[in-house]
Amino acid sequence: MVAEKKTKKDPVLVVVQLSGGNDFLNTVIPFTNGIYYDVRNYVGHKEGESLPFTDELAFHPNAEPFREIYKDGKMAIIQGIGYENSSRSHFRAMDIWHTCEPNTVATEGWLAKVIREIDPNSSNPLTAVSFGKGLPRALAAPGVIATSVDNLDNYGLMTSIEDNSQRLANLEVFSRMYTPADEWMGGRHESGVVMNYLANTGSGVLQGADMLKDVPSRYKSSVEYADNSIAKALRDVVRVHTSGLGTRVFYTQHGGYDHHAQEMPAHDRLMGELSQGIKDFLADLEEHEASDEIVILVFSEFGRRMKDNGSGTDHGSGGGAFIIGNKVNGGLYSEYPSIDPSEWLNGEDLKHTFDYRGVYGTLLEQHLGLDPSEIVLGNFEQLSPFK
Amino acid sequence: MATDKALISHLYRRAGFGITSELLEELSKKEYESIVDDLVEIDKIPDLPDEDILSRYYPQLQSTDNFGLDNTKWFYRMINSKKPLQEKMTLFWHHVFATGWTKSEQGPTMIDHIAMLRKNCLLNLRTLLTDLASDPAMIFWLDNCENHGKNINENFGRELLELFSMGIGNYSEDDIKEASRAFTGWTFEQPIPLYPYGHFKSQFIFDEEDHDFGEKEFLGNKGNFNGEDIVAIIVKTEACAKFISRHLYNFFVADEPQIPAWSIEPPKDEEAMNILVSTFLNSDADMKEVMKSLFKSDFFKNSMFKRVKCPAEFIAGALKLTSEIGPKDDRLASLHGLSAVMGQTLLDPPTVEGWHTGKEWIDGGSLTERINYAVGLVTDMNNSGSKSLVDNLVNSDKELSAEQLVNLILINAGYLDVSEQTFDQLLDIASKGPTVGNNNDSEDVRDKVIQLYTLLVSSPEFQLA
Repeated sequence: MVAEKKTKKDPVLVVVQLSGGNDFLNTVIPFTNGIYYDVRNYVGHKEGESLPFTDELAFHPNAEPFREIYKDGKMAIIQGIGYENSSRSHFRAMDIWHTCEPNTVATEGWLAKVIREIDPNSSNPLTAVSFGKGLPRALAAPGVIATSVDNLDNYGLMTSIEDNSQRLANLEVFSRMYTPADEWMGGRHESGVVMNYLANTGSGVLQGADMLKDVPSRYKSSVEYADNSIAKALRDVVRVHTSGLGTRVFYTQHGGYDHHAQEMPAHDRLMGELSQGIKDFLADLEEHEASDEIVILVFSEFGRRMKDNGSGTDHGSGGGAFIIGNKVNGGLYSEYPSIDPSEWLNGEDLKHTFDYRGVYGTLLEQHLGLDPSEIVLGNFEQLSPFK
Repeated sequence: MATDKALISHLYRRAGFGITSELLEELSKKEYESIVDDLVEIDKIPDLPDEDILSRYYPQLQSTDNFGLDNTKWFYRMINSKKPLQEKMTLFWHHVFATGWTKSEQGPTMIDHIAMLRKNCLLNLRTLLTDLASDPAMIFWLDNCENHGKNINENFGRELLELFSMGIGNYSEDDIKEASRAFTGWTFEQPIPLYPYGHFKSQFIFDEEDHDFGEKEFLGNKGNFNGEDIVAIIVKTEACAKFISRHLYNFFVADEPQIPAWSIEPPKDEEAMNILVSTFLNSDADMKEVMKSLFKSDFFKNSMFKRVKCPAEFIAGALKLTSEIGPKDDRLASLHGLSAVMGQTLLDPPTVEGWHTGKEWIDGGSLTERINYAVGLVTDMNNSGSKSLVDNLVNSDKELSAEQLVNLILINAGYLDVSEQTFDQLLDIASKGPTVGNNNDSEDVRDKVIQLYTLLVSSPEFQLA
């Protein structure tokens, strides 16, 4: 049979969450502005160490890979992303980002609603895959199945059982125990709903694990990733994506950004890990001819306080985000928040210049081809970061 | 008169976190009513002597905002306390009055908050609500420190009525404003700043200068009410009795829909509600009386396995079944993170509405974590409990039929009740391979018994309590 002409591949979104509140002021540095050096007396980078990429902005000294990606025209920097009355609580802020609901408490994650749009009958448990422990709230909503993978090389149920034939025999029985049934528990109706829900969830886990089990052996690459959590997670994204299992949303997390103290060494390490990890990820996708369909969103729940506290920085607002990929029209988007003290929010913070829901809307409509209004709960100004 | 062991197991799953076989044996000789009475009388039972060791192993450091250490201690108490109902009620109130570490400028106040719930958990609801309103963690969580005599902040007043005592539809917007006025000046002393020394607790103060001493009209009553007066009025209402009863039913009896649906959907069991509500009103909100009537009722006795275990129940229950956990056990420190991964970070509920319960505890990730954790415990023969679960069957004098074997497995795991489908699967495995019993302690007999326990703790029914 003659191979069919390659059809256009489905768009895929990869989210990289920087947990703890990334210090945007030390990520994309306004290196020609004296105020930066005044407020970041201890927790800042000297001119000559940071890496200029425009006349006014420089990357963190360890983020050379970011500068290269930017120069390649594959990185859109959204300066000053946020929302009104920014929350300084990690949990509340993350929740707001995950549910698109800054004022009241919502239960449905924005990406869970994306899964529901793409796969309304939950036919593929791998439509969304999250790497790390536990499912982020962005992927959680009643009736939506998303797969959470802690260790791709040993993923699934009863993984502590070393004897593989024993484990497979148990999983056989498991699949029969978790078959949805009409009559459960002697026909007790109310338990039946719960039992069928459990059965469907268990079957979904089993099906997802079965689909993922050959992924590690199928993947080959010349790219050598570093040994850290974000690099591993991004490598896992490539491994699953190139296996062609129909995943449309990947979620990864890079933790440790909550630098109240000792920020300099810690943030330096994270910036190196993150930027190199993403560069390797792009190279790996290139090697697998899988670059064109993927767009990466890098975000954090908030930025940090303008003035350092002598060792670190406290929770602030107005951070930045990055959209990265082949189809991205690289450059600067929205305005860098004013760092003039007279314009600081509450006298101490960067004031956001672009609503985060507009960034989600941009990705949903212009990349995934979905109507964003129901997902981000409103109509928000979008950007034009794609070619 | 003796009591059915299945019923005692049920009682201890609900009123505590499971039961050891030794205690089950001992209690089965007593009458059910007196078992319940003893459970509720927590003042007559001393604290664990290990508290001292715990506080040295898991000290609360002022310099960090790590509340995992306190959760470590809490898990230890859930597993080992001689008054399990105290820990269960504390968890219950933590679900209802959901207050969290992440919105807390003085983190350690959350530890005092839980201690306050523990102290008041079986007292009069009036005492509990009054202490709740004067709790620094709550005051900051719901902004009562911003509730001023001349400029009220309604956050606490609103949630007190909506989420903590009455439920939506039982009061007006004016009642919220009047209640908020009564709580003006209920604040805390400015604590020592975070830098450079770390987190310090703050203490409640009543700031007379900032209190509105004027007349208020609240739920049809008029007077120069202060906060305590508002609480006293609330606790006397039937709406409060119904609201707390429904919470108790959802947590101790059977899963109800989530709170936002309560004003639309009627309770599952109106008759059960009537019993709880009348006990509540007749006893003047004495929680001991309410809990006794709940546990002694037929609706409770008939509610076996009608709830999905919350992560804390799942973890503490699985450990109690399979292991002995001393205060220095290495595994204790991992439980805080484990329950977080399963969807329940104690001392840090997602919102003031608390955790969504019932089947909402379960998604693909949390189910995988739960099953893998239980399988890991039950297959590890270094765990004394897991080993004796197996020994108990292997060392049987008589030969066990496949059916006897499955029934004993279910009994040993807490008198579990499983569906026909699950029973048949277990029976199928029990019928294959070597016969168990006759003191045949060979490796393949042990493997078969371990396999049966592995499958049982992986079953859908093991998710239920």
